[in-house]
Amino acid sequence: MTRIQNLNKPTKIVLLVIAALFVYALPLLNPPFLSTPDIDFGGVLFTCAAYALVALGLNIVIGYAGLLDLGYVGFYAVGAYTVGVLTVYHGSWPFFLVLPVAIVVTMISGVILGVPTLRVRGDYLAIVTLGFGEIIRLAVTNTDWVGASRGISNIPSPPSIPPGDNSDGLFEIPHIAWVNGQPLIDLDHKTKFLVFGVLDTVPFYWMILTALILVLIGDYLVKRSRVGRAWEATREDEDAAELMGVPTFKFKLLAFALGAFIGGLSGAMFATRQSHIDPISFPLLLSMLFVASVVIGGSGNRWGAMLGGVLVAYLPERFRDFSDWRMLVFGIALMAMTILRPQGLIPPIRTRRAKRAQQEIAELEGEESVA
Amino acid sequence: MSDNLDFFVHNFFALSITGLALGAVYALVALGYTMVYGVLQLINFAHSEVFMYGTFAVVWVFTAFHVTDSSGAGTVIGVLLLALLAAMAVSGGVALLIERVAYRPLIKKRSPKLIVLIAAIGASTVLSESMGLRDRIAAWFGLDDNLSSYVQAARDNSSLPFTLDPKGLFTIGDYRVTDIDLVVICASLLMMIGLDQFVRRSKTGRGIRAVAQDPESASLMGVNSTRVVRITFLIGGLMAGVAATLYMLRIGTTRYDAGFILGIKAFTAAVMGGIGNLRGALLGGLVLGVAENWGSALIGTQWKDVVAFVLLLVILLFRPSGLLGEALGKARA
Repeated sequence: MTRIQNLNKPTKIVLLVIAALFVYALPLLNPPFLSTPDIDFGGVLFTCAAYALVALGLNIVIGYAGLLDLGYVGFYAVGAYTVGVLTVYHGSWPFFLVLPVAIVVTMISGVILGVPTLRVRGDYLAIVTLGFGEIIRLAVTNTDWVGASRGISNIPSPPSIPPGDNSDGLFEIPHIAWVNGQPLIDLDHKTKFLVFGVLDTVPFYWMILTALILVLIGDYLVKRSRVGRAWEATREDEDAAELMGVPTFKFKLLAFALGAFIGGLSGAMFATRQSHIDPISFPLLLSMLFVASVVIGGSGNRWGAMLGGVLVAYLPERFRDFSDWRMLVFGIALMAMTILRPQGLIPPIRTRRAKRAQQEIAELEGEESVA
Repeated sequence: MSDNLDFFVHNFFALSITGLALGAVYALVALGYTMVYGVLQLINFAHSEVFMYGTFAVVWVFTAFHVTDSSGAGTVIGVLLLALLAAMAVSGGVALLIERVAYRPLIKKRSPKLIVLIAAIGASTVLSESMGLRDRIAAWFGLDDNLSSYVQAARDNSSLPFTLDPKGLFTIGDYRVTDIDLVVICASLLMMIGLDQFVRRSKTGRGIRAVAQDPESASLMGVNSTRVVRITFLIGGLMAGVAATLYMLRIGTTRYDAGFILGIKAFTAAVMGGIGNLRGALLGGLVLGVAENWGSALIGTQWKDVVAFVLLLVILLFRPSGLLGEALGKARA
């Protein structure tokens, strides 16, 4: 890990680009072992990327700003429902016009929730957000305007390139099939380049992966900026930060809004990929899974959070026999992590630095007490 | 809307009294949150599961004694007392287990609050999921045939094996108060008064208040704070066991995730009364129960749960320290 950090910047960027290309190609490569034999691998990868995106957003709220949000699924639902309402239920807007609207609506809902609650003590926030997630779910279940418990069906896919219902795409890319460990080009399964349809999930995966990469870049820039440092200060000691002139409330609200932004984005993509949403798609359990993924992966580290999201999405799909047990396993994992490795699988770099500083302080204090 | 208003006016007493009975259950569960918060300044997120295990203990005791609709009143009351004891034992045990497994190691390490809260969420998930998977777990040990009446359909509602038939005793306004209403309200009031006196007058109670005020000074004065924390969890668990029994008397069914909504409401009650304040928990619970019933009558039953959440938001906005103010430690004897 440290070796990766010590590389110089151009090498790092090249490595990242290669890694990104590999991740893009994953559904075509169908690597043996990694691939899911029982269900469509592209669909699984989509879910993984969606969870990674959500984890990235929640990481801003939990990891950077230190606010425990247990109702994140509420934002996910707001994003998904905005798409559903505007594309089929009460309008027929094209997807890429709805997407920004969904994001803005979700951000507004984040601010509406954040303004009253972010002023209260931190540990109340967990309960209030938990309540928010439930309110959203109950509200959509009981509102006929958004389809009540029937939900919304036939949400259209994004437009294909070139457009048209029977578009053949610009070109076709064959998949690779593995026979007895030998890679073979599988000409029966081809992905038409940028045809979004029910049959082929790969273009959806590419779409959300692109969104993920863009968000990742944004996350990197924001974290490095004054905003990121303000979050860090607020998280570590709110009173001290306030005294140093950091308007903590404003920055907490910003974190909340950005988290909602990303939650809404992934919710919107979820809606267009599933083409059907109903209140059952947004159980409270999902909020818990999201929190689990951030904490297990390493809250405060974007790679850790994404790893957590991918693991939480991937493991139950790969080992489907165990999918009933997954909540139990995650619960145990959460408890074990807090005791054995509270900083997560990939802890933020700052923690290590802070740890060293803490150690130094402890040493100094130790000497003092001896003297 | 005017229909709802009409309904509300005509059923005012019914709504209020059933609300009080429900609120009494909330208040008993809220005690667990409030006591742990008072002592540790932590939200015991897993407390809802303590309650849920209590409800199952009640169902299982009634199932074990084969109580049916044809059983006599004497049998039912006798088994009910047994069920109460069982629920208190199970809930108390689960609360102690949570304290031992999830909290103590972290408190010893002085982990940050967020980490402890996450451990509690983990504990809560593990507890409710293991109840939801109890058929599979029993199958592991090859016990599913012997225990089938306890573990089958683990994800579905479990009900009492007989129907309670509440009898009207006397009338207030135009509502006939039933024996069950009376038992629920009186039992929880008695428990509350008992606990309040215990915390105010007994030596252990003084220890609890001392730790709540200032854990460090308390331990310097010879209070064993680990023991106090354990007792606090135990008391919370016992109260949740009583609440579980009363809840089953009123509602009659439970589920592996029944603790969740009730836990949130009980926490709302605790915050509403002023978290850490025992009398506040009682007041908060009763207010919440009544407000919820009124609210659901006025805007529709499907919004019942939303009323509680909105109330929580409003209270946190305008009076974050609750109706009676916080502090377990400040309560003087």
